[in-house]
Amino acid sequence: MQKLSLKQLETIANSIREDIIRMLVHAGSGHSAGPLGLADIFTALYFDILKHDPKNPDWDERDILLLSNGHCVPVRYATMARAGYFDRSELMTLRQLGSRLQGHPERTRLPGLENTSGPLGSGLSQACGMSLAMRMDNQSHRWIYVVVGDGEQDEGNVWEAAMLAGKYKLSNIIAITDRNNIQIDGPTEQVMPLEDLKAKWQAFGWHVLEIDGNDIEAVIDACAMGRAVENKPVMIIAHTVPGKGVDFMEYDFHWHGKPPNKEEAKKALHELRTLGGKIRSEHE
Amino acid sequence: MNNMSLAEITAKLEQEPIRKGFGRGLLEAGKRWDNVVAACADLTDSTQMNLFAKEFPERYIEIGVAEQNLVTTGSGLAAMGKVPFVSSYAAFSPGRNWEQIRTTICLNDRPVKIIGSHAGVSVGPDGATHQMLEDVALMRVLPNMVVIAPCDSVEAEKATIAMATDKRPNYMRLAREATPVFTTDKTPFEIGKAYVFEPGEDVSIIATGTMTYQALAAVDLLYKNGIDAEVVHVPTIKPLDESTILKSTRKTGAVVTVEEGQINGGLGGAIAELLAEEHPTPIKRIGMRDHFGESGKPEELLKHFGLDAKHIRLAVHAVLERKN
Repeated sequence: MQKLSLKQLETIANSIREDIIRMLVHAGSGHSAGPLGLADIFTALYFDILKHDPKNPDWDERDILLLSNGHCVPVRYATMARAGYFDRSELMTLRQLGSRLQGHPERTRLPGLENTSGPLGSGLSQACGMSLAMRMDNQSHRWIYVVVGDGEQDEGNVWEAAMLAGKYKLSNIIAITDRNNIQIDGPTEQVMPLEDLKAKWQAFGWHVLEIDGNDIEAVIDACAMGRAVENKPVMIIAHTVPGKGVDFMEYDFHWHGKPPNKEEAKKALHELRTLGGKIRSEHE
Repeated sequence: MNNMSLAEITAKLEQEPIRKGFGRGLLEAGKRWDNVVAACADLTDSTQMNLFAKEFPERYIEIGVAEQNLVTTGSGLAAMGKVPFVSSYAAFSPGRNWEQIRTTICLNDRPVKIIGSHAGVSVGPDGATHQMLEDVALMRVLPNMVVIAPCDSVEAEKATIAMATDKRPNYMRLAREATPVFTTDKTPFEIGKAYVFEPGEDVSIIATGTMTYQALAAVDLLYKNGIDAEVVHVPTIKPLDESTILKSTRKTGAVVTVEEGQINGGLGGAIAELLAEEHPTPIKRIGMRDHFGESGKPEELLKHFGLDAKHIRLAVHAVLERKN
């Protein structure tokens, strides 16, 4: 696959944000802030980092991408459509009866999904099982990427998996924490403080990197650095802006679990189109 | 049956914990199929995974005391084509990790084999916390899940080998204490099938797990009272072998169910649901009636909670009074 330029990747991420707004307003329910914040990470993954084939989603040499915080799935659907897994028109079926695009992802309904998630805390454990199986089968050259929420790390299951991956040195796991500092009830540090998050993961035997998760180049570089780490699983703490790209949503935890209404969507799309123009002109 | 007393018959039978059969079955499955793997939550010896762990250390994973991680790691192993057997005590798995089983195994449709040992009050002195009674109900309500409760160690061994090639998520409950081994290598076993262990005309005693032996023991007591009881052994509680059960109950017109667990949602619940819809029949359910166990010797507890041949006999008399 020919590498895309940073400008091309940023343009794609911006288009994905527009699709997310369109999907959510059409569906009338769903999560806004997380998916918008993750658009750069998903663009980097699907359009640069992952070894995958949209026309052959079960390819046995593919890298695995697990979404642990399933409520952010609109960003995955929008990115998969852009990457060619299915037609973009299907995005408008999100959350509707009979759709392959369930409100929270169901693996058995849509080829290309690797796990069913929504209830939080189980993605890393599944990554551990996959990594252990790959080790048994001499398949450890395949990479397992896991996107994990920050609020999600209140769940004990996350730390059970952290211990297991540390114990067995599951070094083909690269996890990315979407550190956007919000969860449903408010800022993460008020609801249940996570800091010192970096020290926590290090203490569990992980190699930890910290980046700006809205900087596509930084995401690509961090994953490359992560792949070079031997004998340790890798956690990339990616600082993201919840609601990124839409001014009135950014940093506001009230947008965690609700969609824009028609007026708000119009405003959001206008902002994103302006941003798109800016990206094009900045790179010229 | 013959003229020997129940005590005499039981004394002649070999006694072995059902979980031992699982241990042998897992080792055999491991030898037959390279993709069979095992993981345990710090109870390798007592859930009898030690045989497999010793023979196949590279296919065995020690998870530590972390049952949520146990089943979810199992889901990941299954995603890569493995057939993972994951074991703990039933009180912890599926007691503690039900949501992970629901989402990452059942809804996600991964063929993980969940083994819950130390089910039932016969766990004994450890008391109510460790005597799992709700596991069948918890697993029975999950779409895609198969629920198995073998009656002795020989059947547990066969069930384990059958589970290794079954493409669905499975749950199997095991017991701690040694119980009579009364089936043989030749006794048929297939997932999803119920078996008439003792034919009769007057009443169907439908039993599962450790209680099937008690049901057979009750047949003798009933025979002395002129009652010809049929015993249907139900090793697979889900999916239920409806045709075998309905054939028996249509013939006898009276039913007693027997299990070492809560009747609410358990085998008793399953049979009552089936009969209510298909063939309303007088029924009496033996099992735990909406209460917990307590510490004691296993045989004391079975007697205390009415889970023995004597109480089955009394239930048969009660249900026969309602027949016709």
